[in-house]
Amino acid sequence: MLCLVCYVDTKNVPKLRRPRVVPKLTILTALMKLLTTPRMDRCIGCHSCSLACARLIHQRISWSTSGIRIHSSGGLSTGFVAVRCLACDPAPCAATCPTGALSQRKGGGVIVRKKHCIQCGDCVTSCPVEAIYQDGAGDVYLCIHCGRCVEFCPHNCLELQELDDIGEVLL
Amino acid sequence: MINEYFRVLVVDLESSKSKVEKIDGRNLVAGGSGLAALLYTIYGRPELDWDHPSQPFILAIGPLTGYYPLMSKTVCSFISPYHSQYTESHGGGRSALALFFAGYDALVIIGRAAELCCLSIGSNHVQIKDTGFMKGMNTASSGKLIRRMFKKSSGHRSILRIGPSGEIGSAMACINVDSYRHFGRLGGGAVMGVKNLKGLVINGDTSFTRPPGKAYPEVFKKVYGQVTSTDMMKKYYHLGTAVNLQGLNDIQSLPWHNLQQTSNTAVSKISGEAFAEKTLLRNGACSGCPVGCIHLGFFRDQFKKEARYLYHQVPYDYEPIFAAGTMLGVTDCFDILRILEDFELVSIDAMSGGVALAWATEATERGLISEKETLVRLSFGDALAYQAAAQYLGRGANEFYRLLGMGTLKAAREFGGEDFGCVLGQEMAGYATGELFFTAQALGFRHSHLDTGAYSWDQKHDTKEVDEGVDFLMTDEPGRVFLTSMVACLFARSAYNDEQLGACLEAAGYGTLAGTISDTAEYIRKLRWKVRIDSGFKPEEILIPQRFYKVETWKGKIDRNYLDALKSEYGRRILALVDGFEP
Repeated sequence: MLCLVCYVDTKNVPKLRRPRVVPKLTILTALMKLLTTPRMDRCIGCHSCSLACARLIHQRISWSTSGIRIHSSGGLSTGFVAVRCLACDPAPCAATCPTGALSQRKGGGVIVRKKHCIQCGDCVTSCPVEAIYQDGAGDVYLCIHCGRCVEFCPHNCLELQELDDIGEVLL
Repeated sequence: MINEYFRVLVVDLESSKSKVEKIDGRNLVAGGSGLAALLYTIYGRPELDWDHPSQPFILAIGPLTGYYPLMSKTVCSFISPYHSQYTESHGGGRSALALFFAGYDALVIIGRAAELCCLSIGSNHVQIKDTGFMKGMNTASSGKLIRRMFKKSSGHRSILRIGPSGEIGSAMACINVDSYRHFGRLGGGAVMGVKNLKGLVINGDTSFTRPPGKAYPEVFKKVYGQVTSTDMMKKYYHLGTAVNLQGLNDIQSLPWHNLQQTSNTAVSKISGEAFAEKTLLRNGACSGCPVGCIHLGFFRDQFKKEARYLYHQVPYDYEPIFAAGTMLGVTDCFDILRILEDFELVSIDAMSGGVALAWATEATERGLISEKETLVRLSFGDALAYQAAAQYLGRGANEFYRLLGMGTLKAAREFGGEDFGCVLGQEMAGYATGELFFTAQALGFRHSHLDTGAYSWDQKHDTKEVDEGVDFLMTDEPGRVFLTSMVACLFARSAYNDEQLGACLEAAGYGTLAGTISDTAEYIRKLRWKVRIDSGFKPEEILIPQRFYKVETWKGKIDRNYLDALKSEYGRRILALVDGFEP
């Protein structure tokens, strides 16, 4: 089982906070940073971020089964918004998840353990900003703040930022 | 969606029934242009008129759509109201990815709905809603209503719609795609119109498993890096194609005043730099393209004495600026955008409409027509008059405009002035570069400057060797045909050479196609021409008006004999392509 937060085999790692098992730097980096969208007014609507997330994280070809999804905000004439996890702390999706597939992530957002997901969709309805997508097969997709999408934005709209460096949350 | 077969949704608007067909031929015709031609051989009725309800309206994407950057175009094919022959028009926006993520390689629409309607499709729905209340509605209002009526997949869908020109069957009616892109040329909007299809919503609401292994993401990253981290695409995302205005003017190849001139000092007012400095509001992109070549300009109008303004956003490019600017003698950036917006609202293809109005202006100057026909006095440089005329043309305000909308030369045959109608198979593209381009557009498959690179060849060669020129046209076409079968944006042709395409196809899972690019390209080229020729294409019937023989470029005056010889030889070679060819 590959952890979607730190990309290490979690089979023998019951708790992520065991730095003696998992490389310390990887965990700390992943836990302390959040995906932000500070420059969406530059967005051209190419969907490269969504496609990258689907391709590299979820092994999908998709603009929906992705942790970040681009929508026009009231028609193309008014620009674009990125629909993504805003890193709630506490996260209502984690609180509502009946199986622990989603658990609170330190610093905001959630840790995803896909094998525990029973596809109930409770997280989808509990998310106040519609950041969780459930596909036709019942699988849910949400941002894990890994930042893999960032390098595929041609206009630097996205940024993986240290929690302490984030001032205002911009959409 | 890696399939050896094509998954095609066929919608019959007459019966309101649909079916999903599996059609063989992936390794024969690839997709896009090839698939569209193949589908016409199955669903087309070449013996019937263009406006017969049985004629299909086809949208097709390719094997690389959704998999790689700039594979972002859709091929739309139909029998054109302009020449009653098979043709293609290419458009972007979200159309390609939406169709891909709906799970189809192609959409075929046949039949005619009883009432004006909108069709919505997705991976698990086909829905038709009557929209009689949209009759005569412009593209902006139609878009707003369609977004309100069909709420599914907002942001992950494509909305195609027509304005009044499509409803009246104008051969210059384009299809508006997602507000800022188009299936522009040769009257696709009229084909939707005769089917009573006001709008089409394509919902990209499904997803697919990624090709296995490391090769695919690695190849993707390489292509992505090329198109975003090098200067390869700078021309398109910086000033955009509008940068060509100054360059073509400098070499006496920019049509002005209905091609009475090929250069004018006023170009500095409407150059790419001028548009960027004065009007550029922001850029946009087709889905799946990180380049973002869409340039959105703005104009604002004061509608009250006090400081009360409204503003509009209008996309601009080289070709529309040529058509609504230099060809009409309009040299104010904002005025050009205003004219373009009027074309947009009535869904008249800007290039066709601008060239048609340029002819009408010269015909007015020569006394062949008057305000009795044009309803407003047309004179070069009068932007307000052209705004009104654009609306008249799009709405078919009288017999004159309805005839003009079927083609400039059709109106010229009635009123005179055939010698100065700037038509090369259809209203000219903005390249008065020389004999080879005039030949290429006149006889080219889409009558498009992108059928071949003749406009570029003209700018680099001043020889008059007929075989050399025609050899170039014949050699250049298959590669472009293969790209439009993938379906790539042709701006990406420098990124996608055969070697790169082979790697992309291989990594995506199309190993067989990867190994047969040249042969497949040639097959598709022949198939397309076969379908076109069977629908009535006769090169000898396409005339090049006298105006083109009087053009003077950097190479000097057009050589009549050379141009005639090129046209004759290119026509012969096209016909020879399909001699004995059986699909």
